[in-house]
Amino acid sequence: ALASKKKSQQQMSRRYDKVVTTFSPEGRLHQVEYAVEAINQAGACVGIVGKDGVVIAAEKQNVRASNGRLLETTKTSEKIYKVDDHVAVCVAGLSADANVLVEEARLAAARYRYAYGRRVPVEQLVQKVCGLLQLYTQYGGQRPFGVKLVFAGYDDILGTYQLFTTDPSGTYSGYKALCFGQNATNGQSLLRNEYPDEPPALDDCLPLALKVMNKTSDSEIISESTAADDASPHVDLFSLSLKDLGTKDGPKVFSHYLFPQEKIAAIFKEHLAPDAAAAAAAAAA
Amino acid sequence: MTDCTFGFVGQKHKFVVVAADRSAARSIVVFKQDEDKVLELDASKLLGSAGSAPDGVAFTEFIQKNVALYEIDNGTRLDTFATANFIRNELAQALRRGPYQTNLLLGGLDRESPLYADDEASLYYIDYLASSNKVNFGCHGYASNFILSIFDKEWHPDLTVDQAKDLVQKCIDELQKRFLINLPAFTVKVLDKDGIRNLPLAANE
Repeated sequence: ALASKKKSQQQMSRRYDKVVTTFSPEGRLHQVEYAVEAINQAGACVGIVGKDGVVIAAEKQNVRASNGRLLETTKTSEKIYKVDDHVAVCVAGLSADANVLVEEARLAAARYRYAYGRRVPVEQLVQKVCGLLQLYTQYGGQRPFGVKLVFAGYDDILGTYQLFTTDPSGTYSGYKALCFGQNATNGQSLLRNEYPDEPPALDDCLPLALKVMNKTSDSEIISESTAADDASPHVDLFSLSLKDLGTKDGPKVFSHYLFPQEKIAAIFKEHLAPDAAAAAAAAAA
Repeated sequence: MTDCTFGFVGQKHKFVVVAADRSAARSIVVFKQDEDKVLELDASKLLGSAGSAPDGVAFTEFIQKNVALYEIDNGTRLDTFATANFIRNELAQALRRGPYQTNLLLGGLDRESPLYADDEASLYYIDYLASSNKVNFGCHGYASNFILSIFDKEWHPDLTVDQAKDLVQKCIDELQKRFLINLPAFTVKVLDKDGIRNLPLAANE
């Protein structure tokens, strides 16, 4: 009796999941939930807030899928975009949807600058984007955006770095460290154990991000072979931080830095390789 | 019709004074002599307006409500620089549709924060053509013909509040002696880290 009830419930939900602007009898918006599912299958993304910067690592699924060798390498990232001097965003999910949202975020940040003459506080920017996302769950009968955005930025008023995520329902959350996408739970448990009480230095965030990336991938995404200088990068490693211009009263200048493959390899050699070697030795013993 | 508003910063940018006349008049009739034309946008901002009275009231109240809305929406107060930008932008957008004929002096105090190394008072001169400049002292209206030269001579960055009182009194005395239109009373407000208060002068009722 229980099994048939569950089946009929599933059939019931089928009636209410075709159109996003319809609640199911249980009070759910199935289209929004399906959109969230789309993102759960996306490549893993890690974000870590440090004392002097924010680090994002993102798996590039198209590279892994095609084995990378046939893809032309680019200097820009297809996962991480600059929104304003002090804000960058990492996207996961439907790339075409993501491009629309990145442009909206850029416009919102620029409009704020136009009206108030200063950089937009990151949370306000995220709220604006969420307002747009929510529209597509209530008006027009159009499907929601199948995108998760991770905003990394610096808030001038608070004087701190911040990390926010949005999801297709139009809700957002602030994080000290985050991991989502495939096998995210593995990464999240590692972060729960290893993220310190106080935001760490940027240099400590970088190896942690790569470590979490390894945890979320089935085969080690950053390993001896993939970290080799001439290997095609499977992971984008990015940091947003204030450039030290050496002048005390000068304007704030931010660095949006996409780590080249050699630097990722160097971080691997210095921080991850010794642990990997030790683990291998322990396993052999 | 506000005939004059003037203001200045003092004590190494630790306080700002914004003053305006108190007459409300049309043609040859004076309606009242106790109109307050220095609007308090919030606890740390003053906006004095000069020019067409209806535009002045409508626009400054519009700004006041938007400044309040920003604080409610975003949980943080706009700083003086951002407020000046916002005001200027509104004037600029209206300029080629239906301009507000109002000249403004925005005085504000920003507390020490990641944005400001120390408490800083600032004054912005915004005119009806939507220009905006940060200034040490400024005045709008006919008053500028009489007062600017006094400021040029007497203003210095280390003015104390007492010296500020004397400076304001000098300006008012000059206006009452030489300006054609009778301005018996003035609103003079000073803003510092302790908030906004009236500056007690003989001309202030």
